[in-house]
Amino acid sequence: MINGYRIGEGMLAWLFHRISGVAIWAFVVLHVFDIYLAGSNPGLYNDLLGFYASPFGRILETLLGAGLLYHALNGARIIIMDFWPVMTRYNRIMWYICWVIFVAVGLPVAYVILKPIWGA
Amino acid sequence: MSRYSRVGRPKPQGGGLELAIWYMMRLTGLALFVLALSHFLIVHLVVDPSQQSADWIQTVRWSSMFWRAFDWLLLMMVLFHAFMGVRTVVIDYTRGGARSALLMALYLTGIVLFVIGTMVVMTMPVVPKA
Ligand code: HEM
Ligand code: HEM
Repeated sequence: MINGYRIGEGMLAWLFHRISGVAIWAFVVLHVFDIYLAGSNPGLYNDLLGFYASPFGRILETLLGAGLLYHALNGARIIIMDFWPVMTRYNRIMWYICWVIFVAVGLPVAYVILKPIWGA
Repeated sequence: MSRYSRVGRPKPQGGGLELAIWYMMRLTGLALFVLALSHFLIVHLVVDPSQQSADWIQTVRWSSMFWRAFDWLLLMMVLFHAFMGVRTVVIDYTRGGARSALLMALYLTGIVLFVIGTMVVMTMPVVPKA
C-alpha cells in the first residue's frame, strides 16, 4: 500500500522499468562525454577514472549495473509478450523469473565490483 | 486482446512514425540486451575500472577494429533507445510549451552525443597491438 493505493506487480514492474531507464539514460549522457574526453583530454579522463575506481564510485556502478540488469530482463519480458501474446498468460511467472535471474547473476557480479573496497 | 503488455507502451495503432519508433524500441532493446550487458561485464569482470586509462583504451581496446565497431554499434543503439525512451517519459509528464522546449533540448543533447561519441571512436589514432 502506498498512499492508500494497492500497488500491483504490473505497476511496480512499470515503475522500476521507467526509473531504471531514466537513470541509465543519465549515466549514458555522462559516459559518452567521458569517453570523448579519453580522446580529447586524456589527463582529465584519467582523473575521472579515479572516481570510477573509488569505493563510492563502485557503489554507484553496482547500482547502475542492478538497474541495467533489471531493465534488460524486464524489457525482454515486455518484448516477449508484445510479439508472442499467448505469453501474457505467464506474465506473473516471467516477472518472478526475472527476479530469480536478477539475484543469481547480480549478486556475484556485485561482489566482484565491490571487493576492491575491502581489499580482496 | 493482449496488445497491452502491462509495462511497455501499447503498440500505436494506425502506423506511421509512432509505430516505427515502437518497433525500433524493441529492436534496439534486443540489441542492447547483448551489447550493453556484455559491455558492462567486460568493463567490470574482465578488466577492473581502475585499469581503464585513456592509454589502455587507445592501445588495447581500440587497437582492435572489432571493438571499435562493437562500441560504435552500442553507441547507436543506446542513443536511439535511451533518447526515444526518455521522449516517451517527457511526453507523459508535460504539455504545451514546456514539452516542446524539453523535447528540443533532449534531441539536441542526443545529436551532440552522436557527434562526439562517433568522433572519438572513429578518429582516435590506431596504435597497433604490440
Ligand atoms: C539492456 C537491454 C534493454 C532492453 C531489453 C530494453 C527494453 C525496453 C523496452 C521493451 C522498453 C519499452 C519501450 C516502449 O514501450 O516504448 C524500454 C523502455 C525504455 N528504456 Fe530500455 N531496454 C534496454 C536497455 C536500455 C538502456 C541501456 C537504456 C538507457 C540508456 C534504456 C532506457 C529506456 C527508457 C528511458 C525507456 C522508457 C521508459 C518508459 O517509457 O517508462 N533501456 N526498454
Ligand atoms: C560503470 C560502468 C561502465 C564502465 C566502467 C564503462 C567503461 C567504458 C570504457 C573503458 C569504454 C571505452 C571503450 C571500451 O573499453 O569498450 C566505454 C565505451 C562505451 N561505453 Fe561504457 N562503461 C560502463 C557502462 C556503460 C553502459 C551501462 C553503457 C550503455 C548502456 C555504456 C556504453 C558505452 C558506449 C556506447 C561506449 C562507446 C563510446 C564511443 O564510442 O564514443 N557503457 N565504456
